[in-house]
Amino acid sequence: MTGPFPFTAIVGQDDMTRALVLTAVDPRIGGVLVMGDRGTGKSTAVRALAHLLPPIRAVADCPVNSARPADMPDWAEAADTRVVSRPTPVVDLPLGAGEDRVTGALDIERALTMGEKAFQPGLLARANRGYLYIDEVNLLEDHLVDLLLDVAQSGRNVVEREGLSISHPARFVLVGSGNPEEGELRPQLLDRFGLMVEVSSPRDIDTRVEVIRRRDAYERAPAAFLRDWKPAEAALRRDILAARKRIARLDTPEAALRDCAALCVALGSDGLRGELTLLRAARAAAALAGADEVGRDHLRDVAAMALQHRLRRDPMDESGSRTRIDRIVGEVFGPAPATAE
Amino acid sequence: MTPWALALRAADLLCVARGELGGLWLRARPGPARDALLDRLAPLEPRRCPPGITDAGLFGGIDLAQALASGRLVGRAGLLDTAPALLLPMAERTETGLAGRLAAARDAGGPVLVALDEAAPDEGAPPAPLTERLGAFAVLDGIALADLAETPPPPDLAAARAVHARARVPDALAAALVATAARLGIATLRAPRFAIAAARANAALDGRDEANEDDAALAVRLCLAHRGTSPPETEEEQEAPDEGTEDGADAPPDRTDADRGRDDGDAEGDGDAGADRLVEAARAALPPGLLATLRAARARRDAAASSGAGARTASAGRGRPLPPRPGRAGAGRIDAAATLRAAAPWQTLRRRAAPDDPRRLLLRPGDIRLARSERRTDRLVIFAVDASGSAAMSRMAEAKGAIEGLLSDSYAARDHVALVAFRREGAEVLLPPTRSLTQSRRRLRALPGGGGTPLAAALAEVADLADRARRAGLTPSLVLLTDGRANIALDGTADRARASAEAEELARGLGLPALVVDTGTRTAPALRALAAALGAPLVSLPRAGMEAALTELPR
Repeated sequence: MTGPFPFTAIVGQDDMTRALVLTAVDPRIGGVLVMGDRGTGKSTAVRALAHLLPPIRAVADCPVNSARPADMPDWAEAADTRVVSRPTPVVDLPLGAGEDRVTGALDIERALTMGEKAFQPGLLARANRGYLYIDEVNLLEDHLVDLLLDVAQSGRNVVEREGLSISHPARFVLVGSGNPEEGELRPQLLDRFGLMVEVSSPRDIDTRVEVIRRRDAYERAPAAFLRDWKPAEAALRRDILAARKRIARLDTPEAALRDCAALCVALGSDGLRGELTLLRAARAAAALAGADEVGRDHLRDVAAMALQHRLRRDPMDESGSRTRIDRIVGEVFGPAPATAE
Repeated sequence: MTPWALALRAADLLCVARGELGGLWLRARPGPARDALLDRLAPLEPRRCPPGITDAGLFGGIDLAQALASGRLVGRAGLLDTAPALLLPMAERTETGLAGRLAAARDAGGPVLVALDEAAPDEGAPPAPLTERLGAFAVLDGIALADLAETPPPPDLAAARAVHARARVPDALAAALVATAARLGIATLRAPRFAIAAARANAALDGRDEANEDDAALAVRLCLAHRGTSPPETEEEQEAPDEGTEDGADAPPDRTDADRGRDDGDAEGDGDAGADRLVEAARAALPPGLLATLRAARARRDAAASSGAGARTASAGRGRPLPPRPGRAGAGRIDAAATLRAAAPWQTLRRRAAPDDPRRLLLRPGDIRLARSERRTDRLVIFAVDASGSAAMSRMAEAKGAIEGLLSDSYAARDHVALVAFRREGAEVLLPPTRSLTQSRRRLRALPGGGGTPLAAALAEVADLADRARRAGLTPSLVLLTDGRANIALDGTADRARASAEAEELARGLGLPALVVDTGTRTAPALRALAAALGAPLVSLPRAGMEAALTELPR
């Protein structure tokens, strides 16, 4: 059986892969926004991640991937209610998709042929407990953005139509990618993404050649390529699973909370969401690193990706948010090597 | 290789490599040449995919007419599932939504795409998500009927495909193609993959098992040249301001490009002489016409890149409707056809619920569909910036700071901005209308100073830009930053009196809402006269009152 290009075989793009792994450890971090050049492996990474993740246990016929038959929404009709393993869902939200397709609508087929009211679930239902991927997210139509914001906020999708009132859980990790040259994202949508990373094409020729070589090897003989990368994939999967276990009993010392707050105040980032994301991401980083508690290293590690898109915009700032954050992290926490305990 | 032979070769390569090459971006007006080329693509069995295709058409769905007539479900397969290749007529008008879907389908191994781009030179290009995935590029401009007579017979595809299955590109050559793409400033890594695929297919077409440098050279020409751009951080900063000028004014193109390549090698300093040699070999193997092609293509690509947001507005100007949306009656113009379409499938259901309803058609509020057309902030703020020596001497930095501030405001208001700079003998559009802040910032920062003040030329350029913007449905306004000391006349001669007179005359005829920002240390009388001629308020740096004045400009 062939699968997508392996996650661990992606060359470089450390920020992007790291951010994705963190959300895999703790989905509550709330999604990743990847901005940067085309053809840098953004969608490859998302698809690869889903394949890397351990399968979820879900009711076989449940349209929203419920874990137990009892959790299924009442409108769902499942012939087969056995709980089976299935890959973590990754659902693409195409640009220009109609609202009906996203939220779901009355089943046109049943209405037409049998005159029955039945709900046909949309993309949001399929993405429940998985990933919702939007390529070119900055070109997404405004009404869809509003809709997504609403659902991402509440974790529920509500559809009212033809006297039918349907609601189902829609908790997913939102992954968006886009090219900043084509337009910017509304701040409200930016804020909904837990982490943001920037990717660019590798500058160095050897790296570029390596990217092409691996891709070529994969396309020429996918089975052999996947076999070669299987150990690395398995190792990362183990790490993620171990981190998921560890994160629950991870200590967050008072000092870490204070550090989070101090950092956000120094940066002037809006709202508590940034602080919360920073803490969650740092916890995930700590869990991945096998630490017992969250330390400054972990906060330092994730500060830029958790906060850079939440700073009050200074669109013409020469240095860019990233540098600003690095500078302020240095001021608040002291220079990087000094804090190693 | 003649352009016609090259275009044919691109078509043949696509027939051999298919999905590996992704597709063909064919820039051509309808005509015998295009028809002949499309005939050549016939083995791909392309189906037409009109720009207005619906989701049902793409992905399949219910054949509503049939279903309603027969009372049972009649399905219809979508183009994406059934067509091995898709032909996109008027590809330059493809909506981003459709482009995104086609791109996603292509990534998942969907149909090979052939985009027929009929854009006029200044109209931009098909959406970038699409062109990104079209491996090869061919232009049919300037191909005469006589050229068509020299059409080589179509290749034996079965044989070529058989060779293709075992053909390979040596690692060194593949590496050279990757390096060449990098040298040309091509960020996407899809491009070198396409180039490698093209080289392999070309070898196969000639019956060889292994690609050689000629194959690579052809691949560079078909897959890389049109994507060429300079790495933004290094060269573009210096190059961009000159890009719009006439070729004759520049150094001979060959030398410039060769030098650029060498500079690059030094700048990167990777010290890998082996790789460098390969790049040089690839470069030496480039066909002689490439550098010229590259320059032309780069200019076009600049225009295309900057139109990311602009193009969509252009289509708004042409009044392209957006898909109708559900809405309440009274909230807008009702799209009757869409409303009926929305209501149709539910009739059986509703009839059952209300068998005694005397109405033939049972409409519900939820059926109402409102017609929409692309409506955005249509204002375009043209910044005309005096980059002359006199301005540069005084307060260039301050002026840049002020523009950045204004740009931010324009950005916040979701306006489009364009940047015109004038210095030395003329004016040029540094940035065509765009909403990309990233680009505006980059271009502005790269703005060099020095030379005379060709104010009249600047106003002529602005008038031109404003005209084009109006045609595209934008409402232009002007922010002119200058010290007003015009000293270069329209014909490029240094004649202070004539320069001022011409500037004033042009200003009078401009008919744009405008704002004049004095960048001089004290206001020149000529500038006062100019502002009066423009009917524009005159403010001086520092920025006091400028933001306020900007918001006064009519929307």
